[in-house]
Amino acid sequence: MHAFNKMSLSFIKPGLLDTVQDIGRIGYGNWGINPGGAMDPYALQVANMLVGNCCTEAVIEIHFPGPQILFEQNVMIAVTGADFTPMLNDEAIPLWHPVIARKNTLLHFPELNYGSRCYLSVHGGICAEKWLNSYSTNLKAVVGGYKGQPLKKGDELRLKENTIYFAGLLPEEKNLRILPWQADVRNVYHHQNEILITKGNEWENLKSDSQRQVFENNFVILPLSDRMGYHLKGSSLALDHPMELLSTAVNFGTLQLLPDGQLIVLMADHQTTGGYPRIGHVISAHLPKLAQLCPGDNLHFKITDIETAEKLLISQQQELKILQRACLAHLNEMVC
Amino acid sequence: MYRIYSIGDAGITLDMGNQIDEKLNRKILAIQQWLLMHRFEGLKDVIASYCAVSVLYDPFVIKSRYLFSSSVFEFVKQKLEEAWLQSEAGNEENVEPVISIPVCYDEEFGRDLAYISKEKNLSIDQIIQLHSSKIYYVYMIGFLPGFSYLAEVDEKLIIPRKPKPVPVIAGSVGIAGSQTGIYSLNCPGGWQIIGRTPLKLFDAAASPPVVLQAGNKVRFYAISKKEFLSGNS
Repeated sequence: MHAFNKMSLSFIKPGLLDTVQDIGRIGYGNWGINPGGAMDPYALQVANMLVGNCCTEAVIEIHFPGPQILFEQNVMIAVTGADFTPMLNDEAIPLWHPVIARKNTLLHFPELNYGSRCYLSVHGGICAEKWLNSYSTNLKAVVGGYKGQPLKKGDELRLKENTIYFAGLLPEEKNLRILPWQADVRNVYHHQNEILITKGNEWENLKSDSQRQVFENNFVILPLSDRMGYHLKGSSLALDHPMELLSTAVNFGTLQLLPDGQLIVLMADHQTTGGYPRIGHVISAHLPKLAQLCPGDNLHFKITDIETAEKLLISQQQELKILQRACLAHLNEMVC
Repeated sequence: MYRIYSIGDAGITLDMGNQIDEKLNRKILAIQQWLLMHRFEGLKDVIASYCAVSVLYDPFVIKSRYLFSSSVFEFVKQKLEEAWLQSEAGNEENVEPVISIPVCYDEEFGRDLAYISKEKNLSIDQIIQLHSSKIYYVYMIGFLPGFSYLAEVDEKLIIPRKPKPVPVIAGSVGIAGSQTGIYSLNCPGGWQIIGRTPLKLFDAAASPPVVLQAGNKVRFYAISKKEFLSGNS
């Protein structure tokens, strides 16, 4: 009898919060459906690029404590983002590198070194539930990703077909092979606690004292923070006169002033609209490093303008394009 | 008549004020429709609210595809200005059928009825009568998948939202200020709850997944607890 070859990975032990994510569910805000997607969009994109995937493929977003994942066949994977000391069986694997792993090896994350969430990509991509054109998990609506839920013990994610014969690329006695190309991400995550913002529409309505405090404060990220938003603790801020705002659209990175004088930074699972004063907006190029800050970490804000924010984002994206081309070239060379 | 400002480096808002006004909202919806029918590359989403419309966009895509020397913000701002000029607000006379929503106003489902009754000096029957005798305009969908913002309630029913949110069950009908709306999912909420509808306002499997959209007209009608539980309305 011919053994059926399972193309999948299994969750032997669940982590704190592991969900299938992609670049988000774009274009449905008018139905109140928020885009969601990866908290660290840069790490997600690099994870896919390193293994030669299209940037729209799904990955697994992993928090700490991480899961134990068994690969049911040979795979090429990459782990990016936070450093949770990823290991295949008893061997450490580097972040930001593609790695070929042998069938039946176990990926696990024994220690937290740095960061808040990491991303696991698999060459070829993960099979997941697509809802409204996206694999992202919408936990509130319980749809998308893996049945709209976090991954639990015993869950199996099927992998898409891929054409590379990995067995031929693994040295005989070895369980893994680290491929030599990698992403240099130092620029993206350095000065991690300094977050650039542009002014929000209600910035002018802040008392001048409060405006000063936005930049002088060392804010602490509170434990209450999650994928929806980072609750910050700092001196109480106030508007110069009370405002009752009707809801308008907000975005990933919007800083809202809550009634108690504290700030919240909206993150990946933010609602589509909100009625709190918009004090500022974190620049897109700084969302990846913001997403890697943890409860208990400090951050401080610095002001910038739209032109600078755009330049930083565009140059970050241009470098990603170069990385993508390089990864594809290396991959082609390897398999030919 | 409007202001345009950025919401970060990947979003822009055209803002016509901070008021609940049907005519203004129809203009907002027209601008939204125009933008969706004249999409530019890099446009990610167009979100309409009471009196503002926002465009979320990808600056890198726009910079890569189009030739211009200004900021991407200025590029998109121009598109918004064009949308403002070219779009025409729909007429009230474009008659869409009024959508009827059954609501069970029983105190088991409307746990803030007693509070409203006391605060506003109205009997529960009066609350039900006032809430269900108006035709409301749907100004926007936001906050949650399928959560609808309807306005305006009769001035005798105007009541502020709760200072802190509490768990709310999907289908709950609430009032906040002069708005009324329906919670489409179980979630924490601050609106004053006066009843519940058996209708699913959001269903991920349906196409479209939401029942109400901005620009719709809605009327509520009372059903008994028996009708609610039997699923007949």
